[in-house]
Amino acid sequence: MGERVLAVELEGIAKAFGSCIANDGVSLRVEQGSIHALVGENGAGKTTLMKILFGLYQPDAGTIRLHGQAVRLRTPADALARGIGMVHQHFMLVRPFTVAENLTLAHEHTRGPFLDTRRAVAEVRALSERHGLKVDSEAKVENLSVGEQQRVEILKALYHGAKILILDEPTAVLTPQETEDLFRVLRALKAQGTTIILITHKLREVLEVADHVTVMRGGKTVGERRTGDTSIAELAELMVGRPVLLEVPKAPAQPGQPVLEIGALEVLDARGLPAVRGLSLTVRAGEIVGIAGVEGNGQAELVEALTGLRRWSAGDARLHGVSLKGLAPRAIAGKGVGHVPADRWQRGLVLDYTLEDNLIFGRHREPEFGRGVTFDRPAVRAFADRLLRAFDIRPPEREARARQLSGGNQQKVIVAREFSKEGDLLLAAHPTRGIDLGAIEFIHRAVVKSRDAGRAVLLVSAELGELLSLADRIVVMYEGQIAFEAMAHATNERELGEYMTGRQRATA
Amino acid sequence: MSLLIALAFFAQMVRISIPYALAAVGGTMSERGGVINIALEGILLLGALGYVLGAYWTGSAWAGLAAAAAVGLVTAGVHAIVTVGYKADQITSSLGINLVAFGLTRFVLKSIFGSSSNSARVAGLPEWSLGGFGTVPGLGSLFGNPLVWIAVALIALAHVVLFRTPFGLRLRTVGEHPETAATLGLSVARLRTWGVLLSGILAGLGGAWLAADQRSFTDGMSGGRGYIALAAMIVGKWNPLGAALACLLFGFCEALQIRLQGAAIPNEFLQMLPYVVTMIVLAGVIGRARPPAADGVPYHAEDR
Amino acid sequence: MTEPRRTSAALLQAAGPLVAVVLALVVGAGFIAAVGKDPFAVYAHMASGVFGNAYGIGQVLFRATPLIFTGLAVALAFRAGLFNIGAEGQLVIGAFAAGIVGAAGKALPGVVLMPLTLLSGMAAAALWALPPALLKAKLGAHEVINTIMMNFIALAFVQYLGHFAFVHATVHTAEIGAGARIARFESFLPGFRGSPLNLSLVIALVAAALVGWLLWRTKFGYELRAVGLSPTAAEYAGIDVPRTWTIALCLSGALAGLVGANFVQGYKGYFESGFSAGIGFLGIAVALLGRNHPVGVVIAAVFFAALGYGGLVINTEVPKELVEILQAIVILFAITLHVVIERWLRRRT
Repeated sequence: MGERVLAVELEGIAKAFGSCIANDGVSLRVEQGSIHALVGENGAGKTTLMKILFGLYQPDAGTIRLHGQAVRLRTPADALARGIGMVHQHFMLVRPFTVAENLTLAHEHTRGPFLDTRRAVAEVRALSERHGLKVDSEAKVENLSVGEQQRVEILKALYHGAKILILDEPTAVLTPQETEDLFRVLRALKAQGTTIILITHKLREVLEVADHVTVMRGGKTVGERRTGDTSIAELAELMVGRPVLLEVPKAPAQPGQPVLEIGALEVLDARGLPAVRGLSLTVRAGEIVGIAGVEGNGQAELVEALTGLRRWSAGDARLHGVSLKGLAPRAIAGKGVGHVPADRWQRGLVLDYTLEDNLIFGRHREPEFGRGVTFDRPAVRAFADRLLRAFDIRPPEREARARQLSGGNQQKVIVAREFSKEGDLLLAAHPTRGIDLGAIEFIHRAVVKSRDAGRAVLLVSAELGELLSLADRIVVMYEGQIAFEAMAHATNERELGEYMTGRQRATA
Repeated sequence: MSLLIALAFFAQMVRISIPYALAAVGGTMSERGGVINIALEGILLLGALGYVLGAYWTGSAWAGLAAAAAVGLVTAGVHAIVTVGYKADQITSSLGINLVAFGLTRFVLKSIFGSSSNSARVAGLPEWSLGGFGTVPGLGSLFGNPLVWIAVALIALAHVVLFRTPFGLRLRTVGEHPETAATLGLSVARLRTWGVLLSGILAGLGGAWLAADQRSFTDGMSGGRGYIALAAMIVGKWNPLGAALACLLFGFCEALQIRLQGAAIPNEFLQMLPYVVTMIVLAGVIGRARPPAADGVPYHAEDR
Repeated sequence: MTEPRRTSAALLQAAGPLVAVVLALVVGAGFIAAVGKDPFAVYAHMASGVFGNAYGIGQVLFRATPLIFTGLAVALAFRAGLFNIGAEGQLVIGAFAAGIVGAAGKALPGVVLMPLTLLSGMAAAALWALPPALLKAKLGAHEVINTIMMNFIALAFVQYLGHFAFVHATVHTAEIGAGARIARFESFLPGFRGSPLNLSLVIALVAAALVGWLLWRTKFGYELRAVGLSPTAAEYAGIDVPRTWTIALCLSGALAGLVGANFVQGYKGYFESGFSAGIGFLGIAVALLGRNHPVGVVIAAVFFAALGYGGLVINTEVPKELVEILQAIVILFAITLHVVIERWLRRRT
């Protein structure tokens, strides 16, 4: 065992936001020139820790050592100056600016008092060629694909001379193929001596590309392993603190009558461009149909069209044979269609309303909650209590506002509300995004329960693992159409990934 | 003959646009940085008073200009403290400042000039004589007015600074996506404050124009121009040059209003003209004019 | 947060406006000193003139009445996420309409004329709020500039109509019929002799109660508040957001239109040009200080009225415009404190 040179050593890092303790004496040791994964559930404190390393936050206690030397990173400028670069989960790019402008921002080349755009463009071009990260330095960021934008982000870190690169959930927005490309880049950087820290919750990828992994839970470090010496099951157990059920137990589906029939549907997106282009799909009672696909291939528009939030331009969608065309959201909800929206804060909840008010949100006009102009408060309360119990939602207090709940509990509120509607169709978009494993398990079981009760479930998700274990049938959406369809047990991530990127097309 | 009348009308139109343009370009600088500044109206008013006080106490119009700019700077400073420093709501802060401006100007009018509506007469800006131009009515006073040249220079300067200098790039960054600026070590607060302060100086000078033109201060003399300037900013797509050009439209309305006085159309409808035009024009650019993405959103540094 | 924490949080938020008021008074003291007067003496004089006698109290309540109406108007709009800066113009149109209808219906009995006059004031003002409302609903045009423009247009429009409607050589309309007159307090409470305080105060308080009922007890209020808190979520829940905006802004206008009840029906008996300068804008301050809550609005309205009348009381010593400055500065302090307190509370939880 030779001398381990530690590029990064964090010791006893503590950080609290008010009474929320994000990091509680965390330690992290990253070897020089290695790829080190930092895993943990949402809320475990990984991003906070990395933001401290990047100088965005100041630790309340603890030391940071870079190459053995203790440092204080007061601002991101300090971190950048010391060779630490970060690729954030939500890209730190100015969309209307060009790639060159984004990269040279804060370190602009000037000719006199003016910006020297030509030099910036040339420099960026040279850099991109040197690292094999192809980007058009004069293109506007808003016109680039997500994968290309990520490349710009990495390039930006390299432009600032990063020798330690932190990536926060980089594969969350990538297809399996783009993920492979990213890993290739990371390995090439590693060969050049760059140290890489990867924040992720995708354990399979950890084992594939990382050399070491540190697991965090509840703001503390709970384990450090060499990836060669561990397994997904062990890592998951460390993450959650108990053995984790990675498969959703469910009986085989017994599909009944068609509930939702979509025929040659065409929907335009917000910019007037075709998002859904002639899509046909049938969902039967008692089955879960999963829609896989990289975000931006029309899934959001499809769900919006089906829930009345967006008009469609051609084709039809029928619920029990009745067309949904032109119906407002209220009418569709009135038919008992449950919709768990992709964005729980913007759409699914009114954060400043109480739990009670959120549990009837969208159903508030029903006579059950009050005839006439006012509410029947006791009835609302009884209903809310029933749901809170059934879905095991534990608010800090009875009259809590939705804002005060954890992400998992917030999502459970939405799920409780939508699943308890007495209808036959359930639309769920990314229902388990960004919440803790406990809540995820609960919601998965709730989905299966709904299916077994005879509901038709349409599930949109970016997590192929979730789709493969939860859905009965999977379709892949690519560029607004169905590119592939298979029974879940008959396909796998690789195959789905191929169709998700359009690399393959199903033959008729 | 009619060409001369047209030229004179054109000159008048341009003159009248000047205060609108200064305020509109000011608004652009503030909003490009992400801070809504509806207080332009109040700053115009306070700037006008500043000019009058400066000219009154020193007898010099240039001192008046400096005073107007200073007053605009300070007022904008208050807005910056409240909205950038304390991150309070930008629209209500703007409205509060406008109300303060009305009260404060009246208070000063009463205390210093003993009147509730008019100040004493003060010096106007000296007119430069420009030979041949002077023979054409209107054009002489247009091109001979130093503030016209200052205004044009400032408008051009604003455009260049915003789009061709590092400061402008950084200012636009904090207006579109302040988080990016923060991760690069730039101070969002400092950049936004600069944007707001610049808007104060420009609008203050706009107010100086109003007072210098009239050579006195009248209660409420801003007359809604600050709000109309905001509409011009929107129509101009948050570009200094575009905003200034849009102001020509409003200058046209006001000039028309003056020309048509006494004609068949009732006076009151002429008075309504600029405001109605503003509403129509605003309705027309919906969807086509996109504000900076982070406009109006306070930036919180340590947000989880 | 546990129960005790929530009430203390609520108390803290309620304290904000009070602190803002105190801070503004401190700034005011500075101005008073700047014109060479003793702040304590001036404030004492103000207090005794305002609260020390029935006439003063009557004046304060009389001035508070229209502020309650405009405060409620702005507060209701805020709750829907809208900035109604047009109360100034809406109330003028409403009062004018009340004056015209009240005079035209001279012959009608009170039981018909009274509600007719009131409703026409509300309806006219609501109609005046409709163009900005529709522009927002149909085109997404921001209502701030549009409502401000409507203010200017309203003033010009009423002036134009005055050519036909005003009594010759005056700036007011003809007198309204006796049936439209709202009784003054002095007619049954001799202590208020000489005071224009009238029963429209009762209408204002009833309006405040109704607004509270609307917001928190009705389904429409639930929808309105949801739209104000999160229009995207409201859309998802099937709420017709543009329609809610339109109704909210028109209701807001209608509330502003009731100002005419106080002036036209309760005081002068006719509409007079320029009677209302600033009440609409002050309504914004009232709504902010009152935290957009009907109870807060009433309290804040009384406060601003007291300050306004107090300015008149001390006018010989300090220009009454000082009060205008104070009223505006209170806004700045109030919004700043609101954010500061919020952030402090969040950090503690």
